[in-house]
Order: sequence, then structure tokens, then C-alpha cells
Amino acid sequence: MPDATGLELTAHELRESDADSILGTEFRRHRAVLLVSPQHVPAVLKHLYGKGYTFLASLHGVDYYPEEPRLGVLYELMDMHEVDRISVKARVSTQDPRIPTVTPLFPGADFPEREVYDMFGVVFEGHPDMRRILMPEDFEGFPQRRDFPVGGEPVLFTYNEETGYGKYQ
Amino acid sequence: MEIKRETLDPSDFRVRQLQARDMLRGDLQGEELEKFVEQSVMTTTVEKAVAWSQGNSIYPMTFGLACCAIEMMSIVAARVDIARFGWEAFRASPRQADLLILSGRVSVKMAPVIRRIYDQMLEPKWAISMGACCSSMGVFNNYALVPSDKFMPIDVHVPGCPPRPEALMHGILRLRDKIHGHPPDGWRERYDAVGTEEVLTPEHERGSQSDGAINVFPGGDTAGA
Repeated sequence: MPDATGLELTAHELRESDADSILGTEFRRHRAVLLVSPQHVPAVLKHLYGKGYTFLASLHGVDYYPEEPRLGVLYELMDMHEVDRISVKARVSTQDPRIPTVTPLFPGADFPEREVYDMFGVVFEGHPDMRRILMPEDFEGFPQRRDFPVGGEPVLFTYNEETGYGKYQ
Repeated sequence: MEIKRETLDPSDFRVRQLQARDMLRGDLQGEELEKFVEQSVMTTTVEKAVAWSQGNSIYPMTFGLACCAIEMMSIVAARVDIARFGWEAFRASPRQADLLILSGRVSVKMAPVIRRIYDQMLEPKWAISMGACCSSMGVFNNYALVPSDKFMPIDVHVPGCPPRPEALMHGILRLRDKIHGHPPDGWRERYDAVGTEEVLTPEHERGSQSDGAINVFPGGDTAGA
């Protein structure tokens, strides 16, 4: 894990190549996070890849409702030689949930990106196969968003056997 | 050494064996022959005989959905051995199976697959819904799951999370009795539990899920009788 200074140095390097790419840094609980604007994610990840962070340990989505922009995509990178981790966080709004794919750099990001699309509705532009991965193809909505109803069925017990959803006909 | 001779009981196996030998030789005649035939023949209906054989040779489908499947596997092992009832031959093809044990949670995506498997099974066929997830969705009561009653007929529900193999065994025996045509009703009498019937008063008739999971109400005059 880079310390707070190391994180600032990395952010400075990235700002030198593109001033708009880094929106900020976070260093909490020994965890270094780079806040990146969505369209710069592939470039930032490529730079970090060159610095030794060659392993994409995780790619996941978060819904920060009611903050805006609501959706977050997190890339957890790891340097397998130094045993060093760094997180990259990009925020997108629900109105325009688009972010460039990182599959050319990390082929293993294919399924995680599909899962983030399935659960949060973030479209990864340039992804080779942007489909749902877990839910049925005809499923409507993105179930892990905070405003998605939990759903479920009224449970059939003896007391509502007749008035409930009824027996199979 | 003194040899002691005793007349055997006519219903003794050895006596009947000797009688059978005599009958085959043609030595058994008249009233004795009639009595022997009377003892040997049992009358029943075709339905009962068929039900008896069906209930004693069920081939379950090799089909596991989730953690309940581990418990389902253990019913074929030595402790609760369903081979005792002729149910042990798990079939890998739905065409050869008589029983579908839904052992685990059924997701929205899996439900059409299960329905297709059930449709592929040949009549007569039965289904056991095993565990909380499959019957009422249990702790996974959300957008992703469906209760099995919604898309196929279920004969026996086995509660539990997961049910112990003994519980599944009990469900299997219930299904066997159902196939044999005499479901073991009257268990309240046997367990001395008369008066524990579920009593529902009209004000407790509720339709929505938000009312909670309480479904047994003391009340009315029959409870505790």
C-alpha cells in the first residue's frame, strides 16, 4: 500500500500527463484511493500497470445514493511483487452511466464489468459482450441500485393458502 | 436322550411348506386343498397393487440446486438409507426418473429449466420441495427467487434450513404413503396432540406480506380443547 505521500506522488505523475484525469485522492484506514474521472480510467490504469500494478484484484460497483453522481465503479489493483495495493474509483451518474472498458488491458475484467452492468446499469463502452450475466436476459431494472425494490413473494402458509397466490392449477 | 415330539401349529412355516409340496404332487385334495388355496391367495384391486409397487420403487432425479442437495445426497448413505424403500436409484435422465427433489433455492433464471425438466419426466411423477428457500424462499425472499409452487405442482414440502436427512426421509415416507393412497392422517391422535389445530378467526385473515410471519393463532373454542 503506498503511504499518503506515495499516493500524492502517483497522483502528481498522472496529473502531469493529463491534468483532468485525477479528481482527488483519499487516504483512509491505510487504503489509497485515486478518484478518477470516468473517461480517463483506461489511461490511469495503464499508467499504474506500467508502475507494477499488473493485477486487477477486483472490479465492482457501488450505489452511493443519495450522493451525486450516484454510481461508483471501483478498480482494486495489486502489485504482486511489492504486495502493494491501490484503488481507483470513478463516479458516474444514473442519467449517463457510461465508462470506457478496461478489457483490452485486463482481459479478466470482462465478467466483472458485465456484472456491474447487470446489477447497477453502468455501460462499459467498448466491452466485447455487454450483456447481463446473472439475471435473465429479459429482466427489467438493475437490482443492486438502492431505489430498486427488494421484491419477493408473499409467503404461502396455511393461513393464506386460499387468499394468497393460490395453489398451482 | 429322550426325543420329545410336539404337534406344530398349522400356520407354521414348515407345515405350509410341506402342504405346498403335497399340493404340487397332487396329494392335497378336497377340503384341505380349498383351505390351502384360501390361505395362499390374496385379493386386491389393480389400483392398489400398482400403487404399492409404484410407492416402493421410486427413482429420484439426480438434481441438486444448493446446500440442501448435500443433505439430499446423504439420504442414500448408510445412516438413513432410502435403499430400504427401493428409492435408491438416482437417475441422471428425467425420462427415467419418477421424483424430482427440489433441493435448494430456485432463481428466476432457473425456474424455466426446472419446469422443462419436470415436463420431461414421464407420468406418474412426483415432486418434493425441500427446504425453506424452495417452499417460501426463506432468507432469500427477494427479486431473484421464485417459490416452487408458482411454476410446478409439489406433492410434499419439507421444511428446514436445510432439513436434516431424517426430515427429508419423513417427507419421502409421507410421499410413499400418499402414493399408496392412505396419507397418514390422524397423527394428532397418535401424538396425543388433539386441540393444536390452527384456528383462524376472520379478523386474522390477512393478505399482505407485511403482516409478519405469525400464522398460528390461539383463539376460538376449539383450541386447547
